[in-house]
Amino acid sequence: MVLVFVETENGKVRKAALEAVYYGYLTAQKLGTSCQALLLGNAEDATSLGLYGATLVHQNDSLGFNFFDNQVFSAAIAQAAKKLEASVIVLSHSSNGKSLIGNIAYLLDAGSVSAAIDIPNTDNGFSVRKGVFSSKALVNIDILTNVKVVSVLGNSLQINVVGSNAEIQQLTLDVLQPGIKVLSVDKLQSNVTPLPEAERVVSGGRGLKGPENWGIVEELADVLHATTACSRPVSDADWRPHHEHVGQTGIAIRPNLYIAIGISGAIQHLAGVNNSKTIVVINKDPEAPFFKSANYGVVGDLFDVVPKLTEAIKNLNA
Amino acid sequence: MKLLVCISKTPDTTAKIAFNGDNTKLETAGITFIMNPYDEWYALVKAIEIQEKWGGSVSVLHVGPSENDPIIRKALAIGATDAYRIDTEAVSADQVAFQMASFIQQHAFDIIFTGKETIDYNGAEVGGRLAAQLNLPFISFASHLDIVTENEAIVKRDMEGGTETIQVNTPFVISAAKGMAEQRIPNMKGIMTAKSKPLNVVTPQPYSSKISIVSHELPPAKKAVQYIDPENMAELARLLREEAKVI
Ligand SMILES: Cc1cc2nc3c(=O)[nH]c(=O)nc-3n(C[C@H](O)[C@H](O)[C@H](O)COP(=O)(O)OP(=O)(O)OC[C@H]3O[C@@H](n4cnc5c(N)ncnc54)[C@H](O)[C@@H]3O)c2cc1C
Repeated sequence: MVLVFVETENGKVRKAALEAVYYGYLTAQKLGTSCQALLLGNAEDATSLGLYGATLVHQNDSLGFNFFDNQVFSAAIAQAAKKLEASVIVLSHSSNGKSLIGNIAYLLDAGSVSAAIDIPNTDNGFSVRKGVFSSKALVNIDILTNVKVVSVLGNSLQINVVGSNAEIQQLTLDVLQPGIKVLSVDKLQSNVTPLPEAERVVSGGRGLKGPENWGIVEELADVLHATTACSRPVSDADWRPHHEHVGQTGIAIRPNLYIAIGISGAIQHLAGVNNSKTIVVINKDPEAPFFKSANYGVVGDLFDVVPKLTEAIKNLNA
Repeated sequence: MKLLVCISKTPDTTAKIAFNGDNTKLETAGITFIMNPYDEWYALVKAIEIQEKWGGSVSVLHVGPSENDPIIRKALAIGATDAYRIDTEAVSADQVAFQMASFIQQHAFDIIFTGKETIDYNGAEVGGRLAAQLNLPFISFASHLDIVTENEAIVKRDMEGGTETIQVNTPFVISAAKGMAEQRIPNMKGIMTAKSKPLNVVTPQPYSSKISIVSHELPPAKKAVQYIDPENMAELARLLREEAKVI
């Protein structure tokens, strides 16, 4: 059985979790087994996990899951995996999923691969594909143990409806006492799709000259229902919040559309965004290295080009 | 306080990546290796800052052969007190974490630092595996760490669209992200004293890795960029909808 750990946010299943479930479903198909989901806490839309391939949702809503403690969650997920005799455990490669994977794998004596971008190849073993060397290369890794743990990079596969609403079953678990205390959670904009899950991203660099000029970036993001991001010097200078910083030292993303505005395209920036499906680069310097990685390039002054693009998209939507 | 920083070796960020004949290993000719930036800039420097304020020691721990000693010496030059090298090739996250945890179990450390991930295999798995084997709390992607008393810390942790503030008692495992400290360049005195600081070689435990690398590939070459007239953004909007199908 393939068991998928489902992450929630504000009482709802996260988009990353739907992808993980669909990944689990495709993996289960290959292995000739079923895909089931594990929900720790509550989600009002948990039955919808069935649409993406979970035949059953196991739930435990102990108070211990109200905040994230890596030890408590890892122990619970490993315990559930043992109890339900799961052979593959799938996680989202989110900040919590990344923290959990090593811990769960150790507890299950399992081999693990994080940030998978494709369903496993099971022709000869169980081989998982991921980006390495800051997305300059790909690697296929064979997991040699009976139990396997995989985390799925956001936006790696297009999810499809393959089933109907799933039944929810309560699962008894011994929940550990927390080893940490979460004092506060500061979410900056809760109505915006978080960067790792965003399908469209509009990103600004030093070419914008200062934080006061971000209006045009935000307006473009608005008409595209996109999430905003930035290059490292921009967050270093506090023009934009730190969590918007993408690249090697920031976060790695792979949206369907990445629009880079006034960003030169340094190799460390590309490391975080090069896997985007479509890249648009707006830069006044025709020699900017970013154009080499772009699908569409606009050589021009961003202060002129960006508002025009926003208008054009508004017209298209009208 | 007794602090431990796990350091790894990675190709320089600008290195051009190629693989050996059967694509199982990185072609190392012509590549400059560095200390993984998260380990060096954030984890190590933060540990040194804590030691400067609270006293104690900063040990660094590395899994790898003796040819990696220059990276360990650099950590000593930046300010670590002493170093341990587990004398075996690093082959996977599970193997490295197992070797390090087995070592740590023989010693008592108050805080065990890793970087948030390595910039080669980008796994982010070692910290969690260490914490599991040591049965300690693990706080990942920490951008701030404040020591309140010798056995209590406040940590800020990055997550999607925000941060969490966490209180934790020592001992614990923490993975360091940007923001935790500022890079320090070793000075001449540091480089000189590093030569005489203890670098202990530790015999590895028997272990076989739970994964194996089948092959590496270079990503398919990207199609040449299509340039759009800056006066014709309607055309770009149309292409994004009709050709790329992304809006
Ligand atoms: C180890 C390491 C890790 C790093 N990690 C990261 C990382 O994670 N993320 C990251 O982003 N960087 C990272 N960097 C920094 C990186 O090398 C670059 O310095 C950085 O990405 C440059 O940011 P930028 O493109 O915004 O600024 P710049 O390089 O200054 O580029 C600004 C661009 O804007 C253009 N421009 C200016 N005015 C206009 C205008 N009016 N109209 C149109 N275009 C205009 C310019 O032509 C230029 O191309 C890292 C560096 C190192 C050494």
